[in-house]
Amino acid sequence: MDREEFEQIGQKRREADAAVEYHINVCTSSGCVASGSAAVKESLEAEVKARDLKHKCRVNGVGCLGLCGSGPILSIQPEDALYQKVKPQDSAEIVDHLGQGPVERIELKQDNAFFQQQQRVVLANAGKLDPEDIESAMAHGAYRALYKVTTEEMYPTDVVREITQSGLRGRGGAGYPTGLKWATVAKMDEGLKYIVCNGDEGDPGAFMDRSIMESDPHRILEGMAIAAYAVGASEGYIYIRAEYGLGIQRLKKAIRQAEKMGCLGKNIFDSPFSFSVQLRLGAGAFVCGEETALIASIEGQRGNPRPRPPYPAMSGLWGHSTLINNVETFANIAPIILNGSEWFSSMGTEKSAGTKVFALSGKVNRVGLIEVPMGISLREIIEEIGGGIPDGHAFKAVQTGGPSGGCIPEEHLDTPVDYESLRALGSIMGSGGMVVMDDTSSMVSVARYFMEFCMDESCGKCIPCRVGTAQMYELLTRFVNKEATEADLTLLEELCEMVSQTSLCGLGQSAPNPVMSTLRYFREEYLERITPAHEPA
Amino acid sequence: MPVKTFKIDGQDVSGREDETVLDIARENNVFLPTLCNIEGLKPVGACRLCMVEVKGSNKLLPACVTKVEEGMEVTTNSERLQKYRRMILEMLFVEGNHVCSVCVANGHCELQWLAEKLGVDHTRLNYMFPKKEIDVSHYRYAIDHNRCVLCTRCVRVCGEIEGAHTWDVSGRGINAKVVTDLNTPWALSETCTECGKCIQVCPTGALFKKSRAVGEMTKDDHFLPYLKTMREVDNAE
Repeated sequence: MDREEFEQIGQKRREADAAVEYHINVCTSSGCVASGSAAVKESLEAEVKARDLKHKCRVNGVGCLGLCGSGPILSIQPEDALYQKVKPQDSAEIVDHLGQGPVERIELKQDNAFFQQQQRVVLANAGKLDPEDIESAMAHGAYRALYKVTTEEMYPTDVVREITQSGLRGRGGAGYPTGLKWATVAKMDEGLKYIVCNGDEGDPGAFMDRSIMESDPHRILEGMAIAAYAVGASEGYIYIRAEYGLGIQRLKKAIRQAEKMGCLGKNIFDSPFSFSVQLRLGAGAFVCGEETALIASIEGQRGNPRPRPPYPAMSGLWGHSTLINNVETFANIAPIILNGSEWFSSMGTEKSAGTKVFALSGKVNRVGLIEVPMGISLREIIEEIGGGIPDGHAFKAVQTGGPSGGCIPEEHLDTPVDYESLRALGSIMGSGGMVVMDDTSSMVSVARYFMEFCMDESCGKCIPCRVGTAQMYELLTRFVNKEATEADLTLLEELCEMVSQTSLCGLGQSAPNPVMSTLRYFREEYLERITPAHEPA
Repeated sequence: MPVKTFKIDGQDVSGREDETVLDIARENNVFLPTLCNIEGLKPVGACRLCMVEVKGSNKLLPACVTKVEEGMEVTTNSERLQKYRRMILEMLFVEGNHVCSVCVANGHCELQWLAEKLGVDHTRLNYMFPKKEIDVSHYRYAIDHNRCVLCTRCVRVCGEIEGAHTWDVSGRGINAKVVTDLNTPWALSETCTECGKCIQVCPTGALFKKSRAVGEMTKDDHFLPYLKTMREVDNAE
């Protein structure tokens, strides 16, 4: 396929889109589907059909528009107006107002920080393109970066160098330099190598990867294919949790369409490079997000982690060198290749380049999916983008990093969001869950909630995690019930240290984090719940 | 094969590149407690008893799966390590129902021996007194889950050496347990060859031969390294 043919596909679609005067883009991601966007879309389509407006106006299904708390959301193009909490009966009014200014009753104003302070790279096309149509994706630039690397003399080493220089770090949470990981796999002996995309997002309150998979699936496939080209792999797997039905459906469709279009499969764009992708579904185990457990699960074995080293780069799927990256990491690849590493590293901070997608939830006015440059302060995210705490309550803590993270109190809200700063506070960046808590939350209960989660999700292989989480859960229950003693607090702290130091995988090593961080910042809440020992008579 | 020289507790030692810190520690009579590890089966690094400190690493490393490296300085018995090891054993005692005085393996039990050796004579952890099953359906063998420490030696010997893969782990976390076939009673297992290897490698009285009274179940796992070598010779040919 030559350049002209490739560009034609997107160009044709853009022209076809431009020929229609108005586009009504209805969000069809999980959040809005749950609040009824499918019915809204149907009713709008019926309205357009009834008025015979199909040459003037088209109703499209698009990916996530961000403010999930106000769904169903739709956008009107080219006016760029947003409507919130749309009901099917609003259809007539919406169609009436096309070209005459927005329906004020349901308009979602974009003059606030939620829309102004975001910087969209990963989510650049979310809410704009139809995730079930590859031509729509290509009209928005999909596979351009892959075309560039495979057909225009970008050697694999050039690709690795570009990613290394961009400063991109793993978005799954630990922040391992992506370029270094790619270089390691690229340098392994030739032979069968695998690319794995980790879509087993499991933190409570996290839905970044789901949104990306549902909104722009081709971006992930493209990132994986570029990675495969860079490290010399020919097969890839996307491991996605079975609960993400819509994501699975869209990825399946995307793979099929990409293969048909020649963007995946044998001799991509008629180059010598071949790469195919398969889906593997997780069966509901949080620990399968840990890379060695994930590999075992793809192999068809029980999803238990194993000790590292050897790291997957050396010995991964069926013993072959394997590159594992998270969904969001892969979604960052194409823009880096197209815009260059300097463009990417100019965003964010020196050590944490680029942007990060967060799922902002909990006690905050604007709940939804946001993408912000690294280095932004927690305060800006919560007070400005999130619009502060509802119902006149006061902010108490923000939980980042899910069950592996910690709770950050008011006094540290001005901390910049980057890997090192969050770690210094006893939390972690994590995959991007951000749960805001107000003064009605008990931090001991929060700690117990996460410990219960870890206890349920422990695989049971190593003793410290298997027994330690259950013991800590029991101790925390005593605190919740105000039946704890001084000795319980001592034991709890010893267990926290021991479990984090001796557990086999990241789940156990980080399971005490929510307890340790709440003990660090909210110790008085634990002390209040200690019953003084009875004096002997 | 390249040989590396390094230090264990200040003592200069050497090991082949493919040997582990545990191999070399044992070779030099340095004691490291182990439970899931057994010579002849693949190490899994699960019990965390053999963890050691390595200078320059902020993580503790399980000696059974840590390959030797040139110049590494290993500490095997710091106060911190002793404390963690005792806690691990305490955890095993409270998660199951271990009553030595009525156990077939009394006096021949690795858990009991380790507790004595490491000085575990009480626990501050909370006994969980779980309700666990006993499967005595098999005519020769029995499993008492109250005494199981989930070391998975039975799972590995059955899969790696006997090739039957009768045993596996089902459930997760504190509810994990070893099962025969797809959690059917042992007597109904279609894959079990009744070889009895699982009985011999079990470190406690969880797996035992029937008609053994208290303290009568002695274990003999000396056949393992021999069988493993024979298999390797077989595979090589």
